[in-house]
Amino acid sequence: MKRPLHAVILGGTSGMGRAVARALAQRGDRIFLLGIDEPELDKSAADLSVRAKSPVGWALCDLLRPETFAPALDAAHAALGGFDTVIVTAALFATQDDLERDRKLAERLLTADFTNTVLFCEEAKERLLTRGGGTLCVFSSVAGERGRKPIGLYGAAKAGLTRYLEALDHRHHGAGLRVVTVKPGFVKTAMTAHLPPPPFAGEADDVATLVVGAIDLGLPVVYAPLAWGPIMTVIRNLPRFVMRRVGF
Amino acid sequence: MPSITRASLPDAAPKQARVSVPPTSTIRGWGRIGMRGREVRSDDLERATVGATLSRGLGRSYGDSSLPASPDGTVVNTTLADRLLSFDEETNVLRAEAGCSLLALNRVFLPRNVFVPVTPGTQFVTLGGMVASDVHGKDHHAHGTIGQHVRRLRMRVADGRIVTCSREEHADLFAATVGGMGLTGHILDVELSMRRIPSPWIQQTSRRVGDIDEFLDALEDGAHRWPYTVGWIDCLTRGAHMGRGILMAGDWAPASEAPTRFPKPHPRIAMPFDLPSFVLGRATVAAFNEAFYWKHLPREMSGIVHWETFFYPLDAIGEWNRMYGKRGFTQYQCVLPTSAGRDAARRVLDILTRRGGASFLCVIKDCGPEGEGLLSFPMKGISIALDIPVRDDTQALVDALNEQVIREGGRIYLTKDQFTRREHFHAMEPRLPRFQEIRRHWDPEGRIRSAQSVRLFDERR
Repeated sequence: MKRPLHAVILGGTSGMGRAVARALAQRGDRIFLLGIDEPELDKSAADLSVRAKSPVGWALCDLLRPETFAPALDAAHAALGGFDTVIVTAALFATQDDLERDRKLAERLLTADFTNTVLFCEEAKERLLTRGGGTLCVFSSVAGERGRKPIGLYGAAKAGLTRYLEALDHRHHGAGLRVVTVKPGFVKTAMTAHLPPPPFAGEADDVATLVVGAIDLGLPVVYAPLAWGPIMTVIRNLPRFVMRRVGF
Repeated sequence: MPSITRASLPDAAPKQARVSVPPTSTIRGWGRIGMRGREVRSDDLERATVGATLSRGLGRSYGDSSLPASPDGTVVNTTLADRLLSFDEETNVLRAEAGCSLLALNRVFLPRNVFVPVTPGTQFVTLGGMVASDVHGKDHHAHGTIGQHVRRLRMRVADGRIVTCSREEHADLFAATVGGMGLTGHILDVELSMRRIPSPWIQQTSRRVGDIDEFLDALEDGAHRWPYTVGWIDCLTRGAHMGRGILMAGDWAPASEAPTRFPKPHPRIAMPFDLPSFVLGRATVAAFNEAFYWKHLPREMSGIVHWETFFYPLDAIGEWNRMYGKRGFTQYQCVLPTSAGRDAARRVLDILTRRGGASFLCVIKDCGPEGEGLLSFPMKGISIALDIPVRDDTQALVDALNEQVIREGGRIYLTKDQFTRREHFHAMEPRLPRFQEIRRHWDPEGRIRSAQSVRLFDERR
């Protein structure tokens, strides 16, 4: 991969997205932020500008409003003079209990995390292919690896997303599109701040290091923290009668 | 810094609520003693601090400074609010969110030959915590406390308002907040002047010192020649060699003498389990002290060292507080004013050695003049800091030390304290009434409190 990257990040204001944006900015890659909250975007752009020693721009883009996708990517294109990398870390998250209680919330989450994320990727993919390829790095989740009691609905959206990304890789690899699917386990960020961290909980900065490495190498799948790779191999192979009994 | 492009969109979607109420858990200080309470971690301090009773950063204050006053109290953990907001290359003025860690600042700024104006002995602290403790370092005689380099603070005060304070604006709030242990409100952003350094390497010199008198001379002499000085004392040795130890001094190396490469961050190993408390008994500490002292075989040594080695030796071991076992430990740090005379340090050490308080870490440092912070710790004199594993007699030892410190006209460092009695603190802190007056002005209902403020000076209720 040629350096420096020209990267667009949807969701780069907080959590793992913030950490990935910083890792790129600190080594001199050019960055453009997409997100939903103006003050947050302003602050994160300032943070990245200090780290990169050059101004970083942003545009509004909302996973719940697909009509914002094209103008946001146009703005990124204009600001960076073209981009070769698109990173999606944004997603909605809610606990299974909340999602079961609130049908509207479930609808919003499923729409944002599957349908609209896919639509955003379609928009981004088209632009990357037009310039002859590039990297599309999308955060899915280990929650999509198996139907799991405490995380069924969110996991279903992420499972769909993972399959879509896999197909995207198969379909366009020859045309120079590198699809990097990131499957984080539990990572200690604002999104999970109200949950007790399980064993092997990761830190956003460590995830960022892995993700940047995967982008550079064009790795199709990366588990983060790495320990979740072997853990998920076990979970994927557990028989159904076990999954019915355990609370995992 | 302005953003260069904005795609404007009508009626942006409302922000997702990201602050939810967490369950009650045990919140611990670095000494491992805990209190029940609710801890909220959020990257949005403006939102999270509404109605909260206290803010805390990386939890490196040893005692109960960052612990909630009651189990229903909400404490905001600021560590996710860690963005740099601006840095001016000309003036070296940095503005950043309160949760930004010193570790992160060092990673970003040391490669540019820029350093914080004052550093404590660990990188695992936040900017907000550094201000709330008004931290000092090996350079206190030269650069004072961090408060002297803070220009402005943005705060959420108890009535819900967001206020900016500085030496010009709400000067009373500013003076009470610097070193105010987070009791005047929640610090949101900090603006401070950073320091240019010639290289990111340290020129260090160290020498063996035979006893406490020689130590006081060595510190005084070192202060004229070096911006950073500190002493390690073997506090088990009694008699003629009481107070023997090693004096370390240093300065940033000139570019011409420093290696051209940037010093790589050191790898960290973590303490994987709690040591049983008998491991750190008198015999092991004595053996360690003997080895540490005589490892320094030549009387004087010097060379170029890594900044982490010089400033943050203990950061190399993650969770080193687990060394002290499940009961945890406390650190006792006091400062003895110059007016108490040269023998004051000897008298305090004498109490410690007589009671056999085994301590790995006993650090001695000369302090410069008192800072502006109303509860700021350092004053012109000698500071002594020691780790004390918690045992049945710890309270009695701290009482005895405090009574001596009061006789000498000195005071203790709240950031380290867990065992000081209310009446002792009042006796050593004539500035307390003024601090409390300002606190009452900004927080008449006494909403913002910590376990420590309740223990030491809040009205009981």
